[in-house]
Amino acid sequence: MSDLAHSAHPQGFAHQFEEIDQQRDAGRLGMWAFLVTEILFFGGMFTAYIIYRLKHLPSFIEGSHQLKVVFGAANTAVLIVSSLTMALAIRSAQTGRKKGTTIFWLVFTWLLGAAFIGIKLHFEWWPDWHEGLVPRFHWFYNGPHAPGVLMFMVFYFCMTGLHAVHMVVGLGILTVLIIMTARNRFSAEYYSPLEISGLYWHFVDIVWIFLFPLLYLIGGRYPGS
Amino acid sequence: MSDHGDNGAHAEHVVPVSTYLGVFIALLVGTALTTGVAYIDLGKWNTPIALVIAFTKMSLVVLFFMHVKYATGLTRVIIIAGFFWLAIMITLSCQDEFTRTWEIVPQGWLGNGSMILPLLSRFF
Repeated sequence: MSDLAHSAHPQGFAHQFEEIDQQRDAGRLGMWAFLVTEILFFGGMFTAYIIYRLKHLPSFIEGSHQLKVVFGAANTAVLIVSSLTMALAIRSAQTGRKKGTTIFWLVFTWLLGAAFIGIKLHFEWWPDWHEGLVPRFHWFYNGPHAPGVLMFMVFYFCMTGLHAVHMVVGLGILTVLIIMTARNRFSAEYYSPLEISGLYWHFVDIVWIFLFPLLYLIGGRYPGS
Repeated sequence: MSDHGDNGAHAEHVVPVSTYLGVFIALLVGTALTTGVAYIDLGKWNTPIALVIAFTKMSLVVLFFMHVKYATGLTRVIIIAGFFWLAIMITLSCQDEFTRTWEIVPQGWLGNGSMILPLLSRFF
């Protein structure tokens, strides 16, 4: 392995690296450094959310009960399946399967990502709009804690909106990956773009894993909650 | 796929499909569990249980789907540092917010039609 640098270079191997293993590790490290900034980016919203939730819990419970929990849960499942298909796409490249296999899993992942956005728009944000739950633009909710619910909905739309923007970016990345795979850019030695895009995709999944209970399930859904 | 198999290094850890499927099923069970638990009255325990499930799901995704179980020490340090900084942000922000009393802001400062005005007048 140490003489790899002196032997024929695999496709995609950059010359500043000693070995392709080192290149892969550098790519992963760089992607994680980016994801750490993303953790803190979303973290700022989560911090604000925690403070406002602790200060105005009754309003947040009332606001949470306006959300469509069934579709929130369904979307969680959609994202988990998409994380599995993404992992299988990377594995298929890593183990040198036919490019058709990798493309199949990538397209599958893309469709699930699109389904997530579709469910969100059609079954959540659209009804929210009609129920007057969109602060500033279409607001006529007047329950007992209306001003606090307004604040909750601001959090809801900012957090799920930022997450949805990340999903759209993810779909763009997947599209590029599908094209690159079709053009034989990856091999069992070189698949870093697939792998680090996978890291991004899984990260977006993790954000939703937290958004779902924190936004949809405040104060429970049991009778009398 | 290009044919470079003979020159390539294969030190990479290939996660078995069975591991991926196991993690996947655990994540789905976690989702069902967190949703189901919300329909049962557990008093103050509803939120802690939801958070424990969310953190467990996150750990599974990070360790197996994101391959951190097989990552280098340097990568792990970066990840831990990220979460450590997040903990600092949350802890110190809460510490500040919940131990400080606020001066009343003159409301004209916010202007008419401000979205935040009704909130301020409601709570402060």
